[in-house]
Amino acid sequence: MAQHKVNYLQDGGAPIKLTTIDKLVNFGRSNSIWPMTYGLACCAIEMMATGGSRYDFDRFGTIFRASPRQSDCIIIAGTLTKKHAEFMRRLYDQMPDPKWVISMGSCANTGGMFNTYATVQGADRIVPVDIYLPGCAPRPETLQYALMTLQKKIRKESIFRAHKKKRLI
Amino acid sequence: MQQPNRLKPFFENINFEREDNTMVVNFGPQHPSAHGQLRLVLELQGEEVTKSRPMIGYLHRGVEKMAENMIYNEFLPTTDRMDYIAATSNNYGYALAIEQLLGIEAPRRAEIIRTMLLELNRITSHLFWLATHSLDIGAMSMFLYCFRDREYALDLIEDYCGARLTHSAVRIGGVPLDLPANWIENCESFLKNMDEEIEKYEGLLTENRIWKMRLEEVGVITPEMAKSWGCSGIALRGSGIKWDLRKEMPYGIYDELDFDVPVSETGDAYGRYKICMQEIRESAKILRQLFPMYEKSESQLMAHAPEYISAPKEQVMTQNYSLMQHFVLVTQGMRPPKGEVYVATESPRGELGFFVCSDGSPYAYRLKARTPSFQHTALFEELLVGTQLADVVALVANLNGVFGEIDR
Amino acid sequence: MRQYKPKDDVQKKSYFSDRFYVTPSLPRLDPNEDEQFAKDYEQFSSKIKVKEAFIEHTHLVMYIDKNAVVDAMTCLRDELEYDMLMELSAIDYLAQRDGFEIFYEMLSISKHKRIRIKCFLPKNEELESVTSVFKSANWSEREMYDMFGMKIVNHPNMKRILMPDDWYDHPLKKTYPLHGDEAASWYEVDKIFGKEARDIIGPEQRDSSAIDRYDTQRFARLGHEVPFDTDITEGEPDTPISYQEEDSTKIMKKLNPDESVALKRRR
Repeated sequence: MAQHKVNYLQDGGAPIKLTTIDKLVNFGRSNSIWPMTYGLACCAIEMMATGGSRYDFDRFGTIFRASPRQSDCIIIAGTLTKKHAEFMRRLYDQMPDPKWVISMGSCANTGGMFNTYATVQGADRIVPVDIYLPGCAPRPETLQYALMTLQKKIRKESIFRAHKKKRLI
Repeated sequence: MQQPNRLKPFFENINFEREDNTMVVNFGPQHPSAHGQLRLVLELQGEEVTKSRPMIGYLHRGVEKMAENMIYNEFLPTTDRMDYIAATSNNYGYALAIEQLLGIEAPRRAEIIRTMLLELNRITSHLFWLATHSLDIGAMSMFLYCFRDREYALDLIEDYCGARLTHSAVRIGGVPLDLPANWIENCESFLKNMDEEIEKYEGLLTENRIWKMRLEEVGVITPEMAKSWGCSGIALRGSGIKWDLRKEMPYGIYDELDFDVPVSETGDAYGRYKICMQEIRESAKILRQLFPMYEKSESQLMAHAPEYISAPKEQVMTQNYSLMQHFVLVTQGMRPPKGEVYVATESPRGELGFFVCSDGSPYAYRLKARTPSFQHTALFEELLVGTQLADVVALVANLNGVFGEIDR
Repeated sequence: MRQYKPKDDVQKKSYFSDRFYVTPSLPRLDPNEDEQFAKDYEQFSSKIKVKEAFIEHTHLVMYIDKNAVVDAMTCLRDELEYDMLMELSAIDYLAQRDGFEIFYEMLSISKHKRIRIKCFLPKNEELESVTSVFKSANWSEREMYDMFGMKIVNHPNMKRILMPDDWYDHPLKKTYPLHGDEAASWYEVDKIFGKEARDIIGPEQRDSSAIDRYDTQRFARLGHEVPFDTDITEGEPDTPISYQEEDSTKIMKKLNPDESVALKRRR
């Protein structure tokens, strides 16, 4: 009887490994990222062009949702100003877990060319950012690549990420 | 788990004890109709708006202050980001203002290339307007059609200057680059394609019952209202006043070109829509007239003014004095004469004016950009009163406001 | 001792001034040079006292007293047919002359001409609003107040328009630095997280040419530059382009760069 090489007592006797569920859940999460339309300035136009028919964003499984309660990713496209920073954080807080942030364009990464009194020098002063996309405005192909990189990142995560303590920014 | 922060839920800030029955609705700075960051606080009586307060400033980046801290040439890419949908029109307005301050004129081929880019920008801007306007009203497939055609135009612009959205394709004194090979043939095939597509879009929308119901008699701007609120461009022409800066106070080579200025007698949103569609055709007409003019022009691209403008690259790379002057102009900046100018051009949105006050130093003493969308958004205080909530969405889209321009 | 930097104009100035260079000025012509402007000037100056008038670059520029602004606007709109106020703003001359120079850009559609009315507003005095004459002045004056801080009376809604309502100081004054003062730099942190988070988040990074010691490892080869076509790969092979990691799920097909076709021309 003990000729089989299967270790039945592994994982407390359960025949299913947890990592497969990890991969399945991450497969689902990464292939249907629903971004929130958060177009602020010029990068919003490139985001809309990415959603257009030449650089189709829908083929990644993304549907642009208008409400933060129904989206799981926020693409900060454009300059974040200090007047608007409060609303940015409010919208980020309203999104349910798990959520990711893509910061698109130089203005969202670091404040960009607007090194002035009214610009937040980088959205990462307000929200924790996962992917940074350089460019002014970044081409639609860059946004697609950023989304693919985000998908790679999601697939490597553990599915209990939501219960870990969140960073402030 | 949420990290606690200072932001309390908003309903703690709203006063619920109101005498009358009006409801306060906040069209917050982020909303799905892709118009940027307009915050409209509306008081509604049922479905009708009784008071509207547009609030702006969520994209204020301090562009005018930047102009006081940068040399004139360095500021040119910043003007791109003001009206980011038709970037070359801002660049051109600024370059024209500085050129008139300096008292120089761009050479003919440069003017022709600039006009070509301007009209191409007008076409892309109006296509973008049509796309987002239809998306807001509900005709969502127009968004995809217009963006497809816009991509062809952006291909042309990218072929010329390398960037799709923020061009900086003109310089003070001319243009830096000549048209690449086959650009004119590609442009001609684009225009031919565009003619057919415009017919299709008009066929889809103009006689459409739903479109007409949504747009006719909505947002009527009377001529007195338009003049008092400082409207320009399509908002002014929609009210019956035939005023287009390209025809009435021409600049560049517009006095040699033959085109019509569409005007609508009704002041409503439908009239403005029809004007936009006709303007795309007129821009195509202008572009076709420019192609033979380009063939006949001489090949100088930048004005010859060694005090203010660097020499062309071949000279800078080989002649010593040109290199020295170029170095000084780039590091220190050129010193224009003292004085003030206000130069207005016709951007796709209206009258875009640059007021430059110079005190002789390489940095502008005061630069004010008079942007058309600022006054059009101010108009919302009066225009939206008495309209239904659905019309508010249609009007916000119809008046063609771009927030980079409004807030600067 | 550190060098004294005068604080009344903190904008960027040219570090080099040409000792023998005399700045030319734009030519100013007499109003009688242009016949339309001559008529307008005569009609206008019979009603309102004009301190100075000249033609500068296609505009008739007239200096008036700040108390006569509303009358001037009414006269221009009703009698002289300059019925559009295109722009209204101020220029900061607080350091030189202790006041602001306000300008009003007028356009006449019927006459195809532009006029600029200028007036000088000393520092602590008030300006009358022209909103009763032209409604476009409503927001322009709000913006002027927001950016410069002068007092405007009889305005229907005098609040800040571009900056947040609780912003400190007025940005476009020459004494306001481009990067913003202390209150500005911590505005968003204080608003959202509170003053305690200032240490967690850290000050703003405003230096556009800042280089930290990780740059040589991560990005640049500062100090170790080599000629253009030198091989710096140190024998490492090329990273193949892959859009999915190796052990992803079996359901999805992996991209094989050899099988894809590069289009020479966009369709």
